[in-house]
Amino acid sequence: MATVDHPQRLARSGIAADAASRGWAAALHEWTTTVDHKKIGIMYVLMSLVFLVIGGIEALLMRWQLFYPRAEVIGPNVFNQLFTMHGTTMVFFVGMPILIGIGNYMLPLMLGARDMAFPRLNAFGFWITLFGGLLVYLSFITGAAPEIGWFAYAPLTEHTFDRNAGTDFWALGLLISGIGTIGAAVNFIATILGMRAPGMTMRKIPFFAWTMLWTSFQMLLAIPPLTAALVMVLFDRQLGAHFFDVQNGGSAYLWQHLFWFFGHPEVYILILPVFGMVSEVIPVFSRKVLFGYEFMAAATMAIAFISLGVWAHHMFCVGMSRTLDLYFAAASLIVSIPTGIKFFNWLATIYGGRVSLQSPMLFCFGFLSMFLIGGLTGIMLAAAPFDFQLSDSYFVVGHFHWVLIGGTLFGTFAGIYYWYPKVTGRMLSERLAHWHFWLLYIGFILTFGPMHVSGILGMPRRIYTYDPSRDWEWWNQLTTIGALVQTPSYAIFVYNLIASLWKGKPAVDDPWDAWTLEWTTSSPPPSYNFETQPIVHSRRPLWDLKHPDDPDWQYE
Amino acid sequence: MTEPAAALPIPPEIAPERTLNAAQWGMASFLVSEVAFFSTLIVAYVTFLGRDVVGPLPAEALSLKLAFGTTLCLVASSIFIHFAEGALRRGNNASFKLLWAATIALGVAFLVGTAYEWHDLIFEKQLTISRNLFGTTYYTLVGFHGLHVTVGVIAMSIILLLAARGAITKEHETGVQLVSWYWHFVDVVWIVVFLVVYVGAKGGSV
Ligand code: HEM
Ligand SMILES: [Cu+2]
Repeated sequence: MATVDHPQRLARSGIAADAASRGWAAALHEWTTTVDHKKIGIMYVLMSLVFLVIGGIEALLMRWQLFYPRAEVIGPNVFNQLFTMHGTTMVFFVGMPILIGIGNYMLPLMLGARDMAFPRLNAFGFWITLFGGLLVYLSFITGAAPEIGWFAYAPLTEHTFDRNAGTDFWALGLLISGIGTIGAAVNFIATILGMRAPGMTMRKIPFFAWTMLWTSFQMLLAIPPLTAALVMVLFDRQLGAHFFDVQNGGSAYLWQHLFWFFGHPEVYILILPVFGMVSEVIPVFSRKVLFGYEFMAAATMAIAFISLGVWAHHMFCVGMSRTLDLYFAAASLIVSIPTGIKFFNWLATIYGGRVSLQSPMLFCFGFLSMFLIGGLTGIMLAAAPFDFQLSDSYFVVGHFHWVLIGGTLFGTFAGIYYWYPKVTGRMLSERLAHWHFWLLYIGFILTFGPMHVSGILGMPRRIYTYDPSRDWEWWNQLTTIGALVQTPSYAIFVYNLIASLWKGKPAVDDPWDAWTLEWTTSSPPPSYNFETQPIVHSRRPLWDLKHPDDPDWQYE
Repeated sequence: MTEPAAALPIPPEIAPERTLNAAQWGMASFLVSEVAFFSTLIVAYVTFLGRDVVGPLPAEALSLKLAFGTTLCLVASSIFIHFAEGALRRGNNASFKLLWAATIALGVAFLVGTAYEWHDLIFEKQLTISRNLFGTTYYTLVGFHGLHVTVGVIAMSIILLLAARGAITKEHETGVQLVSWYWHFVDVVWIVVFLVVYVGAKGGSV
């Protein structure tokens, strides 16, 4: 099989190369002022990894406290701060930025564009997101981290109940980083719809672009209501307004509606790009085209729309009317149809393929097996009567970690293992990758599996300790041990990322024998991405190049 | 890559696509997010309508006449900016500048009207943001709209300054067009606010 050659290789943009050739001060200056989508993408990912470590430490502290009944490792207030910061960090400063970062790096390359549509907005978005994260963490330094949960239920956030500045830092930080997220969404949409290579019609864009498009669409519709709600909280706290001030006629119920109108689509913002990444990886490592591209694209759109109308399944226990309960349960169950379509299409892509179990594909299998279970517990919770029993219990914590780690994280790792050679020009160590995978997989099942049981046994979420008479300790201890099993896997991953920059096997332009445009340019890509403007005739432009005698466009 | 030999299949011609350009998609999607933002504020306003036990209530506080005047300013400005855009496209820079300045003047008139209204509300009618739910939701909604008008006026003034120095020509059509989209959007939001807040106050029993 022929590969695509590039006669000259010009300026490169790898981190190590930069630092080595120019000295740290110059490199730092270059990185802080850059508007190159690739550098910005890398910075987003690095920022997320730092926050991932911080969020992980917070989780370990909570698990330490819950290992024994009546433990006194950390008090109730610190525990509240920890679960607030943990959830906030993971959703806003790990999940979204890592996906935005990968999208930023890869999309222009996959679409055959020179850069994102608005490079300066892109840089602005990154810095303001980082600034928002730092602002939220600044609350620790003032000795008053927020104690309100990532959902910040009113009226606990009102000044009457919470004089702590932490809540203000929290609201302001999320507000600011939300503006960055909207900027990113605007940029993605403009890039995908307006900057594609000649010949790349919407029916030919890489599948990852479809999912980034719909994720961006959800960001546009879901983040501004959160922004508005955060403004309202700040007005209540700072100016004496009454939006959520129940003593003066305000409504705690309104907060829940606004928050979950954001919060539910948010979980799809966190999963759709991952659907895209595994849809890039699975075909390449099965040596088959993605099965049912059109159906997959339509299903993505359906998910994006339906999930805007199901938010109140987080509110069954608030006491809505029977009619609303019914509507929101039914609408939530409908989401499983397009999700199921995607799932079967992935299986059909693998079925009959020549599957190779290298690390990106391994993580896809992790994703497929675990996301299935997480989806099923979601369907259970969407049945209102079932939710009446288990809402606010550890079962819910089990469900959403199962989808967020089994889904978002495994899929993101698949993407990182897949694209690392392109970004750095080096291969990651497969041996370490397998250690990473298995420790994470086993540790993850051990951590979050038992949560479903402790939830069914009646353990509420957000409690900082429990009585031995409840018989919950065995399950909690399993969970904590699982967390300890997971921990080294992240360390191995980070070590692999760093060590391979220097020690990794040099990567060729197209190490996986893949089919999308990013693999035609050098690894790492030059700052201008492509030496000549690529022209596209099918969904697999590289296949066409490699097989001029039997190109795809004949069949599409 | 090698030259395709004669026997190899020849790919079909690529037809150019005609859709919005990237900048237009960008502005359009930004405005979608703005719609989501203002819808939320309007939902909050409507949620609390009629729930207050302490006044002043909308019917006592708001002047439909004044609001009608400011509304006329904005609607007229939308018409002016439309023709300004057309003038630029035809390369008629002088009338572009004139129409553009008129748009700005009408925007400023709107802001002056709002300032007058707020002064009256705060100092005569004792309506503040912490007074009651109406004050809370009214100032937030109308305030954020006013902020958007202000941003628009500033952006348009910068363009006017540049145009006065001859730096805005036909090539800047897209940029000018995007500003005008934004301005039309701000107007549409205001018409909704006018109907829900001002007309609603007089029409309903609230
Ligand atoms: C088949 C699709 C899914 C359904 C039907 C579903 C359903 C639900 C329901 C009903 C709840 C509320 C439980 C309660 O609070 O009592 C919930 C919670 C949650 N789900 Fe899902 N879910 C699905 C997929 C996902 C996905 C893909 C993610 C993220 C990637 C996710 C993340 C979450 C989170 C974060 C929460 C908890 C929010 C909180 O209370 O803090 N879910 N889910
Ligand atoms: Cu949900």
